[in-house]
Amino acid sequence: MSRLAVEISEAGYGPVTVLRDVELEVPEGGRLVILGANGAGKTSILRTISGLCRVSGSIRWGDAELVGAPPYRVAAAGIAHVPQGRGTFGDLTVRENLLVGGATRQRRTALADADRWLERFPRLGERASRAASGLSGGEQQLLAIARALMSAPRLLLLDEPSLGLAPKITVELFATLDELCAETGTAMLLVEQNAELALGIAEQAVILESGRITIRGPAAELRDNDDVRRAYLGV
Amino acid sequence: MLLQQLADGVATGAIYGALALAIVLVYRASRTLNFAQGELALLGAYVSWQLVAWGVPIWAAVIVSMAALAVLSVAAEKVLVRPLVKRHQALPLIIVTLGLMIAINALIGWAWTYQTKEVPPLFGSGTIDLLGVAVSRQDVGIVLTVLAVAIGLGILFEYTPLGLRMRAAISNPESAELSGISTGRTMSIGWAIAGGVGALAGTLIAPELFLHPGMMAPVLIYAFAAATLGGLDSPPGALVGGIVVGVVENLAGTYLPHGSDFKQVVALVIIVGVLLLRPQGIFGRREVVRV
Ligand SMILES: Nc1ncnc2c1ncn2[C@@H]1O[C@H](COP(=O)(O)OP(=O)(O)O)[C@@H](O)[C@H]1O
Ligand SMILES: [Mg+2]
Repeated sequence: MSRLAVEISEAGYGPVTVLRDVELEVPEGGRLVILGANGAGKTSILRTISGLCRVSGSIRWGDAELVGAPPYRVAAAGIAHVPQGRGTFGDLTVRENLLVGGATRQRRTALADADRWLERFPRLGERASRAASGLSGGEQQLLAIARALMSAPRLLLLDEPSLGLAPKITVELFATLDELCAETGTAMLLVEQNAELALGIAEQAVILESGRITIRGPAAELRDNDDVRRAYLGV
Repeated sequence: MLLQQLADGVATGAIYGALALAIVLVYRASRTLNFAQGELALLGAYVSWQLVAWGVPIWAAVIVSMAALAVLSVAAEKVLVRPLVKRHQALPLIIVTLGLMIAINALIGWAWTYQTKEVPPLFGSGTIDLLGVAVSRQDVGIVLTVLAVAIGLGILFEYTPLGLRMRAAISNPESAELSGISTGRTMSIGWAIAGGVGALAGTLIAPELFLHPGMMAPVLIYAFAAATLGGLDSPPGALVGGIVVGVVENLAGTYLPHGSDFKQVVALVIIVGVLLLRPQGIFGRREVVRV
């Protein structure tokens, strides 16, 4: 039903244009991964969808047009965004972080949901009343994802969740992510450097180079594409 | 004598604390010092005086004045401050609040003249016997009122959904927006509360200092000293800082030779001392640089 259809003709920051002619779609419950080198503009795509960049073009979300909407309205429309670097509220407690994630929902539902997350992830539960800044990198990323899911979104935007995490933790995190989104049927738009893992849980993939999409197709096909393997899978 | 001095110091200190609280709330919301905070409080005192002159009971007058100044502060923030905050223009921002300070002061002089006016004390005159010391009713009333406001705000910030949203918006504005919180709205609410608390502080101190356009200038300096001492981002720090400044000012004025001349310097000494020794203040957090 809700479906994201992005048609950016130009997007950027102030006078700087970073993205040109970027078109992509995420179907209801679908999963798309954006791969690309550092500085290609991956983060900028997510920030443009969330209303944090200057943009011309159209971003349709179901029947709604998101271009021109402030970030908090995009969030309220059911798009949760875990920014690069996690964006945790360091001086709020772990439980408060979750409750902020549920800010757009009924207080009672949010409270019950926060407890559910704390139970489900004992590492967060044990630290429920501690400041989030005291968590390890992996725990903070988990918290950021749980916080995003607290809003019961229809689409989750994830910006390099593996950044700064040990490989073993990253593998665990992706398994959890896969599980959580499958459970709730939440669509996912994932930005990653770790192409191997990302292509493993995505359905579709695009490759971004200098602000333009150069390759697109089913994730499984890109995995077998020689150019992609050489450039992004280190083979 | 000493106890009476202490009581006076605590009471004026509570008012400094209340104005410092307004400064801190604005600082937390917009990361700027609002130099017009004192004149906004002065305007609140004049609105209270005007309503009393029209026959409104002082208690009702102060509530109307707080509401009026809350609205006015929100308007000032939206029109003058937010565009500059958005563009990260710190210096122009300070100049704008200084300009607002001068403009409000001139406006007050024009509207109400420079003649001193008398505002009735909110808590009547006379004294209350407190552990054998006669303390003025006004002192006791001021301290209890500021305490009630502080506790009310503490509950609002710590235990309500709105308070959580405000703290989230301060902690990480971008993540707050991405969680569906309008940081523009939480900013407005911060300014509104600051405007209301300031109007209360102005009305509370007016009976003692007598209402005239120059009344709040020294009070603002003491409030800045209080906010610096307590920590610019700490509401409880503002109150504690205010009381410390009030007591020190009062004792210095009484017990130091040439004290009444010297006590004006107290605020300056505190500001400079804190900035040199502990820039984040007693309760403030050291600014964390985000990567
Ligand atoms: N706030 C900003 N202002 C100006 N340019 C920016 C800003 N953020 C990113 N850029 C530029 O946009 C380009 C794409 O950045 P980004 O979207 O972060 O890439 P990626 O996430 O793929 O590493 C880079 O050249 C970067 O320098
Ligand atoms: Mg990036």
